[in-house]
Amino acid sequence: MLVQALKDQGVDTVFGYPGGAVLPIYDEIFQQNDIRHVLVRHEQGAVHAAEGYARSTGKPGVVLVTSGPGATNAVTGLTDALLDSIPIVCFTGQVPTFMIGTDGFQEADTVGITRPCTKHNWLVKDTDDLAEVIHQAFHVATTGRPGPTLVDIPKDVQFATGTYTPPAKSRTDHYKPVMKGDADLITELVTLMEKAERPLFYTGGGVVNSGPGASQLLRELVDATGFPITSTLMGLGSYPASGKNWLGMLGMHGLYEANMAMHDCDLMITVGARFDDRITGRTDAFSPGSTKVQIDIDASSINKIIRVDLPIIGDVGHVLEDALRIWKSRGRKTNPEALANWWDQINKWKEVDCLAFTNSDRVIKPQYALQRLEALTKDKDRYITTDVGQHQMWAAQYIHFEEPNRWMTSGGLGTMGYGLPASNGVQMAHPDALVINVAGDASFMMNIQEISTAVQFRLPVKQFILNNERLGMVRQWQQLLHGERYSHSWTESLPNFVQLAEAFGCKGRTVKDPAELDDAIEEMIAYDGPFLLEVLVEKHENCFPMIPSGEPHNKMLMSDAAATDAIQGDGQVMV
Amino acid sequence: MATLNIKKGSSSKSAYDLRDPNIEAVERHTLAVVVDNEAGVLARVIGLFAGRGYNIDSLTVAEVDHTGHRSRITIVTSGTPQVIDQIKAQLGRIVPVHEVHDLTVESESVERELALFKVEGQGEKRVEALRMADIYRANVVDSTLESFIFEITGSTAKIDAFADLMRPLGLAELARTGVAALARGKVD
Repeated sequence: MLVQALKDQGVDTVFGYPGGAVLPIYDEIFQQNDIRHVLVRHEQGAVHAAEGYARSTGKPGVVLVTSGPGATNAVTGLTDALLDSIPIVCFTGQVPTFMIGTDGFQEADTVGITRPCTKHNWLVKDTDDLAEVIHQAFHVATTGRPGPTLVDIPKDVQFATGTYTPPAKSRTDHYKPVMKGDADLITELVTLMEKAERPLFYTGGGVVNSGPGASQLLRELVDATGFPITSTLMGLGSYPASGKNWLGMLGMHGLYEANMAMHDCDLMITVGARFDDRITGRTDAFSPGSTKVQIDIDASSINKIIRVDLPIIGDVGHVLEDALRIWKSRGRKTNPEALANWWDQINKWKEVDCLAFTNSDRVIKPQYALQRLEALTKDKDRYITTDVGQHQMWAAQYIHFEEPNRWMTSGGLGTMGYGLPASNGVQMAHPDALVINVAGDASFMMNIQEISTAVQFRLPVKQFILNNERLGMVRQWQQLLHGERYSHSWTESLPNFVQLAEAFGCKGRTVKDPAELDDAIEEMIAYDGPFLLEVLVEKHENCFPMIPSGEPHNKMLMSDAAATDAIQGDGQVMV
Repeated sequence: MATLNIKKGSSSKSAYDLRDPNIEAVERHTLAVVVDNEAGVLARVIGLFAGRGYNIDSLTVAEVDHTGHRSRITIVTSGTPQVIDQIKAQLGRIVPVHEVHDLTVESESVERELALFKVEGQGEKRVEALRMADIYRANVVDSTLESFIFEITGSTAKIDAFADLMRPLGLAELARTGVAALARGKVD
């Protein structure tokens, strides 16, 4: 019945790991050919792979794991999907209904444990309810602000036969988030846009989640108005990096011009972004002179951290469409003189060239490695995933995205070990594309077992590891904040990554000479199969620009700044 | 800012209100939350308050529509206006939550709480307790030679006041239901 429901939902790929409490489902999977099952090596990897699949396709990712440890291992992935609003439907096995509550073998209170880390979850106690709950789980995961859902299915419910309810007959009507924004409020937004002297679009992952149409509308609106645009980590690609109005990413490691524009703008048009603390810096000094407009499908994102003046609740795509239509019908007005002055100011900030770094011909700088990766892959059908840390921020700074759904990273939760399994999931969805995971040595070790999945399913994923033998971001913070006492932020016994890759049946190469870097990247791209490229980089490079904790946007540390003792007072308690 | 003309207070168009942001005083609000009566729904609501650090001053829950499987949860909570708005928005995100009403803001409402008081004593104190109970329109629902159980219904403040009176007169145990509340007038 589960397999039938998945087929009816259009599912073609499931990421999972079998175990005692899901054996009846695996038996059904064995006897069909419509749904591919990808055997991961750890349940956390299953959820991250499904996230990669979902984020790169716009379709929900499906996970199937067993009870107890299978479910608890999935928790990190589910939380990651919740914070980044990724649609995931996770099926967990459970001990038979008559054993629930007896501390049975591999029993865990899965719905209890996952209640705060899913959008919604269900325990199905009757086979007759199973199909309808599955259809509801897909509906909830993909409707409104997307997120993970979980269906816990006891083994006796799996064995029993029941009546199948098709999707069309399942009750999903009561969960109906508002899609259309209020027309009066959108008109208000347009009048603000007409008068604004220093407007700025601040966009986020909500644009990507709203679908390709939303990105298209955003591009049209931005280009027609001539307003500058910046984006969060999660929103990269919804406006092309080559677009003339693009300022680059904002936030803690965002670009100088983007953060300065945020601080000094007089109209902030927030589109599908949620004022995360990595974005705002010090909240009481956040963009002090601006009228703030926020378009979001989730009412709880409004006034959570930053008080906005004009909230518009609705789907980003719908609201942008209405805004564009109303703006055009009112005569396509802007304030061109003020806008020209604003761009003059922005161009002055751009001259600072905040991403400049001192290159070397002896050792590979991580920034240089990413610049070369960008240069050699930008014209390809390319998807990038990352782990979490310095390499993630450098990737966001130096790799440029022209389209949405091309950039998979763990933003909200910051889950080290996300990148490798996510790259597997992306490659499953796009078998012919070039899928690269930009990783750090420490993050890569966290889900390293998933190379085995890549090898088994012949996924030609490219692992681009910036190895500095450090927990680079932790080390950077210890340097800036903890008196250069580098407590446990280096790894003394790293494996030989090339031998490790070969042990898994994957090809590997190490490069440490800047002169050989291009050749190594070319070899990685050309290789027909999974490839691990270990780039030995400068060990003590810091990631700049940086807004230190507890500081506003206009107080950024730049690469040549004296970084010691940069964070003081209240900022020290921030993470 | 001057160009903005946004209606103050909650409306059907917005799930939150835009009161003066400078008011950071803690307010007490009574929320009525209509939910599907399904397994775990109370845990979702309470977990939300615990997980996000909101206060629960009082909580009452019971099924109110058996055929429709609906329960009504009445929560008395306190927080700054921004926190109260967040609580309402976060409650609204929970899938089995159908309606969230802020009875403190939306309209006048009637709030009642029921309490049972066990008062032990003899002689003059016992007589005085009975006299006070009469003044407060509390009913005697159980009686022994050494104790009474009073049943009293009213606002939280009235029950607090009665408890203060009973304490020196031998209050031994107290059970309260928490607040149940309804908006006055016709349903919109």
